[in-house]
Amino acid sequence: MNILLPPTSAASAFAGKVDALLWTMTAVTGFVAVSIITLMVLFSVRYRRAATVDRRIGPATIGVGNHWLEITWICVPLAIFVAFYVWGARLYFDYENPPLAPLEIDIVAKQWMWKLEQPNGRREINELHVPRGRPVKLVLSSQDVIHSFYVPAFRVKRDVVPGRFAILWFTPTVTGRYHLFCAEYCGTNHSEMGGDIVVMEPQAYSRWLEHGAVQPTLAQRGAALYRQLGCSGCHTPGSAIHAPDLDNLYGRTVPLSNGSFVKVDEQYVRDSIVQPSRDVAAGYRDEMPSFAGRVSEEDLLELVAYIKSMAPAQAPEGAGSP
Amino acid sequence: MTSLSAAEAASATAPAMPAPAAASSYLDEGFNLWSWLTTKDHKRIAILYAVSITAFFFLGGAAATLIRLELATPQGDIVSAETYNKIFTAHGVIMVWFFLIPSIPATLGNFLLPLMIGARDLAFPRLNLLSWYLYVAGALFTVGMLIAGGVDTGWTFYTPFSTMFSSTYVVYALAGVFVVGFSSILTGLNFIVTTHRLRTAGLTWFRLPLFVWAIYATSLILVLATPVLAMTLVLLALERLFGIGIFDPALGGDPLLFQHLFWFYSHPAVYIMVLPAMGVASEVITCFARKPVFGYRMMAYAIVAIASIGFLVWGHHMFVSGQSMYAGMTFSLLSYLVAIPSAIKVFNWTATLYKGSITFDAPMLYLLGFVGLFMVGGMTGLFLASLAADVHLTDTYFVVAHFHYIMVGGSVMAYLGGIHYWWPKVTGRLYPESWARFAAILIFAGFNMTFFPQYLLGVAGMPRRYHQYAPEFQLLNVLSSAGAAILALGYLLPLVYLSWSLMRGKRAPPNPWNAAGLEWQTASPPPPHNFDSPPAPPRKPYDYDPTRPEALPGSAAAAQT
Repeated sequence: MNILLPPTSAASAFAGKVDALLWTMTAVTGFVAVSIITLMVLFSVRYRRAATVDRRIGPATIGVGNHWLEITWICVPLAIFVAFYVWGARLYFDYENPPLAPLEIDIVAKQWMWKLEQPNGRREINELHVPRGRPVKLVLSSQDVIHSFYVPAFRVKRDVVPGRFAILWFTPTVTGRYHLFCAEYCGTNHSEMGGDIVVMEPQAYSRWLEHGAVQPTLAQRGAALYRQLGCSGCHTPGSAIHAPDLDNLYGRTVPLSNGSFVKVDEQYVRDSIVQPSRDVAAGYRDEMPSFAGRVSEEDLLELVAYIKSMAPAQAPEGAGSP
Repeated sequence: MTSLSAAEAASATAPAMPAPAAASSYLDEGFNLWSWLTTKDHKRIAILYAVSITAFFFLGGAAATLIRLELATPQGDIVSAETYNKIFTAHGVIMVWFFLIPSIPATLGNFLLPLMIGARDLAFPRLNLLSWYLYVAGALFTVGMLIAGGVDTGWTFYTPFSTMFSSTYVVYALAGVFVVGFSSILTGLNFIVTTHRLRTAGLTWFRLPLFVWAIYATSLILVLATPVLAMTLVLLALERLFGIGIFDPALGGDPLLFQHLFWFYSHPAVYIMVLPAMGVASEVITCFARKPVFGYRMMAYAIVAIASIGFLVWGHHMFVSGQSMYAGMTFSLLSYLVAIPSAIKVFNWTATLYKGSITFDAPMLYLLGFVGLFMVGGMTGLFLASLAADVHLTDTYFVVAHFHYIMVGGSVMAYLGGIHYWWPKVTGRLYPESWARFAAILIFAGFNMTFFPQYLLGVAGMPRRYHQYAPEFQLLNVLSSAGAAILALGYLLPLVYLSWSLMRGKRAPPNPWNAAGLEWQTASPPPPHNFDSPPAPPRKPYDYDPTRPEALPGSAAAAQT
């Protein structure tokens, strides 16, 4: 196997868990497959036309149908399948739910490159540096078609569908350089839309990060945009127009005018900018204009980062689950 | 009519007319092209389909050859990226819609359904011919567009790439697929009505061959799912041509809506391809094991279960697309459920071999190969149904390997096995047995060598639809390409020796395999009206006796009573 298989190191906490599932499924299905093929070969040899064997099929023998046998080979696979299902679904739950207080990286995908931005504003193209041992949460958006952010060594991928944010998280466990692939076909140079994930020791990562911190952060640029686009004109306590105060709002659950509740996360803030009429906060009128078409994907990421920065972090830095 | 008992039916058909001494066959009805292009005989239409899908199969195969050539090295050195994308799109479009979907139903199904139920023709012979014309017109148009300008969206046409970003002949290609869809719907409708209305007296549902059950279930899917594809393609064209926002978020649409609609058709479409193959397997394995199929009723129910549950699993193509987590969990569970009836079928075919009296003629070799490859394809489907495993494996070569095991290892093996099994009936000639066995083994070996490495590539993380790839994937890709060369040779062999047998093959008797099934009760090739005298329905299906392997099925029972 090692000669044939290219190196596929498992370099994230999730990867180890997925591999355990994959190996178990391989063992179980492999055992069943080998058993069935063995039986087929055995029957083919023993009951070949030339062989002299007892072929009588009486009612007492298993011949042309046996309900107990059939019930067995319905129930046993069913039990195995349910076990596979539950195992896979539990891991998927983790994949879908990022832990609190991860390191957040914002990413814009476009034909055919990945533009990435560290929390302190350091930007990268087709390369992502992350520290070992800390959950990393990616907020992805696409400027054009669907792409998919795929890191085989972490066993994770997520489609980046335009018009919404995609969230992907992982906790790197082994330092090194790993492939980043685009896994959703996105046009002519799809196979070149890749790069590297560099997992570093935390101290080395901090040094690397400081080295390039020359630009304003996402949130700082977002604050400038916030004034430029005139958001601050309404979303200020005491303004003439009755609009929600955005201070300390991010991460809370707010009531909507239709009676439901929504958690203020990246997606909700994004929707409120480009589709303000969709989910109007309770007690406010549907009067905000849509900014769709006036803000780019990168503008949106900056605005969201700014609004996020107006609320204190919900958990102390670095307290995410391993 | 169907309430008649078997005995009554038998007595009703007893004073049958003696067969005319020199009954001319359907092949002698006319020899010029015009007689073929205007025929309403289901048998001749089946031949028309067989010739056309064979042409498309080798065209799609040529595209596959170019793909494997390009992937022999990590660099993109044979064709440009743009050309490569057009080639894999052409391969997918041609193989799925112009070969696999019509393959077994439109050829073997068309030829055999009326014969197996003792009917003179399909319920709507004229509609049957129209179906073929729609198919040929649509397919030729699309293939013309694929060659003239090309399409680079992949056969899945994902939006918004296909609607707003691709600058290729998307709408033209869709138009042909849209037309071919109507051919599918009409064929399905024709088969459903035929199965309900034209069964010979006494041939009740549970006396039907499983091939008929499979074709019937397939027809239901054709009629229910294909219209959704047609609507989806129209919506796609509306957005692309007129900028009506349906799927593109920049216009207020939703790309995931396209995926839901597309897979609502395209997942059941997989069962359109594989259910008829299962039907062929049950016919051939029972005949060459000389045993009734193990658990006939369960086998029939399994076909219906697959066709029904198959409609509820489309979301498993979208586990990483951003659909809700709970939707993902539901689709995963349903995907495991649909694997149960498939597992039953594999177990029951294996049990059919037990205490049989087995010979290994070419059809049996093909179908034993089918069972093995279908099983591997199905079991790797369990990996993709598992949510967390799919997060890693989806859109990699693992998926490519999985569906080729089902559709090529499974369906194409069964199709070829069926072609050999019914070749004497269809053509009145015997095929050369040694060549046929050799080809079956060559195809099996070539297939595994081509596609097994692709599972390993997928686990290692190589994404699909890649024109260039990382150098560490090369060894497995070279293996796969070498296997493809063997496979290509394997597929060319039957084309050669079957063509040869048309001219030089030995004349076939009416029932060279001593097989059960009404189609063997008439001449080879059958007369234009199928039966000179109404065939007698069997007491029970697959009435083989392994202790008397040379005897005609059902003759033991007749002797005892």
